Amino acid sequence: MAQRLVIELDRADTNYWLDVWRFRELFLVLAWRDLSVRYKDTVFGVLWALLRPFLAMLVFTVVFGKLAKLPSDGDVPYSLMVIVGMTVWSLFSASWTEAGSTLIKETNLITKVYFPRLIVPASLMVVNFVDFLISFAIIAILMIWYGFLPSWHIILLPFFLVLAFVANLGPGLWIAALSVKYRDFRYVLPFMVQLGMYVSPVGFTSNVIPDEWRWLYSLNPVVGIIDGFRWCILGGQGGLFGIGFCWSLVATGFFMWLGTRQFRKTEKRFADLL
Amino acid sequence: MSEAIVSVQNLSKQYLIGHQTDRFQAYGGAAYDEGNLRLAIRRGVQGFLRSSKRLLRGEQMIRGDSVEEFSALDDVSFDVKRGEVLGIIGRNGGGKSTLLKIISRITEPSGGRVIINGRVASLLEIGTGFHPELSGRENIFLNGAILGMSRAEIRKKFDEIVDFAQIERFIDTPVKRYSSGMYVRLAFAVAAHVEPDILIVDEVLAVGDTEFQNKCLGKMREVSGGGRTVLLVSHNMSAIRNLTSRCIVMSAGKLVYDGNPAEAIRKYAEVLDQRRVEEQSFGKGTHTAIKSAYLVDEDGSPVPTYTAGEPLRVDVVISTDGGASYSVDLILTTGDRQKLALGALQAFHGVTLPKEPGTYRAVLEIEPIWLASGDYSLDIATSIGNAAFDHYVEEALPFQVLSCNPGDQSWDFQQIHGLGSFAIRHRRPPVFKPA
Repeated sequence: MAQRLVIELDRADTNYWLDVWRFRELFLVLAWRDLSVRYKDTVFGVLWALLRPFLAMLVFTVVFGKLAKLPSDGDVPYSLMVIVGMTVWSLFSASWTEAGSTLIKETNLITKVYFPRLIVPASLMVVNFVDFLISFAIIAILMIWYGFLPSWHIILLPFFLVLAFVANLGPGLWIAALSVKYRDFRYVLPFMVQLGMYVSPVGFTSNVIPDEWRWLYSLNPVVGIIDGFRWCILGGQGGLFGIGFCWSLVATGFFMWLGTRQFRKTEKRFADLL
Repeated sequence: MSEAIVSVQNLSKQYLIGHQTDRFQAYGGAAYDEGNLRLAIRRGVQGFLRSSKRLLRGEQMIRGDSVEEFSALDDVSFDVKRGEVLGIIGRNGGGKSTLLKIISRITEPSGGRVIINGRVASLLEIGTGFHPELSGRENIFLNGAILGMSRAEIRKKFDEIVDFAQIERFIDTPVKRYSSGMYVRLAFAVAAHVEPDILIVDEVLAVGDTEFQNKCLGKMREVSGGGRTVLLVSHNMSAIRNLTSRCIVMSAGKLVYDGNPAEAIRKYAEVLDQRRVEEQSFGKGTHTAIKSAYLVDEDGSPVPTYTAGEPLRVDVVISTDGGASYSVDLILTTGDRQKLALGALQAFHGVTLPKEPGTYRAVLEIEPIWLASGDYSLDIATSIGNAAFDHYVEEALPFQVLSCNPGDQSWDFQQIHGLGSFAIRHRRPPVFKPA
């Protein structure tokens, strides 16, 4: 056990990712803890993960589908299109809203024990991701209801799942790090997330965006993810794998870089700031 | 040198703290009066601009108009050998916690370095990370992981932990239903079964009942006996005396003594005393001001500690504008700020400060109290007719009781026994007759 550790200003950087690996058990335990207490003392329990997107979908279908008569994606039922978008959006909105307070909630741990702080927002993302996976059941139920068969695209689902996780984590880290320093984010976030639902193609298909603006629109990483899932599960009219999807990938990568960098930079001061 | 398991070299840590400048302070409370509304707005706008500027530069947000660097640790160096139990004492704000936080990697130093050869586990506050909704069983795994144990390790020691904590029956009950005693026992049990090379302990001994405390002390001895190193921070001098083999004293971020525990405790008392002479500034109330307060002995010379069972003498200097009848009140608290007793001059004795404006000195002599050994503090306040405080000085006079022996047996009644803060004696020994 000849572990030798040198603590110095800015020294923590050198072994960072090794430390993240060493603390993987803590990461698992924290994720497991959050999962097991998430629906404690609720009547519907884990059903909430299904109910929330379903209820939102009903509202959208009535207001935008029936009253405003927004077009669907080809011959896909409007409700089905919305539920896929809504499920994906729920993942992002839940994670990003909670990311703002996740580190603050763990003040007790952070100011008392050392571990790579990355574990805290990462385990939050895992918990929300599990919710996300569970909510796929509602999509399956609706598909059976409409007698809608998925296309062969469905075999690419794992790829999109990974992509969704990464696209979720990047901005999540960024928000988490900034929220410790500037509590303003607690007030800004719910508002931004609410706006985001209407800006992202949840209640409509991104095909309604004029082609010349598609690339700009796709800078919102959620656009590429939602389009991807729709393509993957519902087939739809295709045509999304143009320049737009690439821009979404770039934006996802950029946010991952930005989030990690910001987090690492602020991380060592967390204990002093909280 | 090679056997040093922890080596602290020229360690320092600075924090930035904000102040409000005099210009604004002068208007202080009156800033929101009509005439000063403009000033208040200007101040708000300037504050906003300043924080926006900091936000853009990615700097830390600091309240106040000017920023000052505060040195929490200043060029501290020492080595700890394998198997040594090192005590760390010093008054609050002396730098103990900062030192431990750096060694346990919670915060980074601003300068210097620490070299550690081995695994560190810290019990900065036991029960860290306990989740109230989870059962005892689940919390053992959670807390173990937080303290750096692997799941395999926890599984191996699980029975031992449950046994140590004496909670077999409640192992599957959520810990929010635990009594505070059970909670603490479980928390310490997990912590005590972590097997690090270096164990950092901060004030955990002040919990639980006597029996459990003895168990904890035994465990600590066992840990250090097994060749492991312990860094113990405590305000409890008898724990320091009994457990440590060496002790350092911290004051104002500097290491002022490094050596044997008995000498360190004496040095610590000196530091406390010195502070009293040097930096006593209590501010002032509206009509009165408490200028200074010392613990003194029979002859009126300052003493660092109070001897249980003797009169408690406090030398106070107070100024008054003579406007009303001002009472002087003493509030006795424990080191962790639990109020124990009140002494109100006017209500109990009909005595008030003189009606002539001026500065007065008096020695307040309190009847003997059998205070258990440990940390205490006196809040000193002036009040108007016992109705409202005019000048309230919190922790005006922190002091220690080093030993308390209310009987003639050789026994030290300590705060950490958890049996109370002072002893109540019988007026005369009772006689048991056949009933």
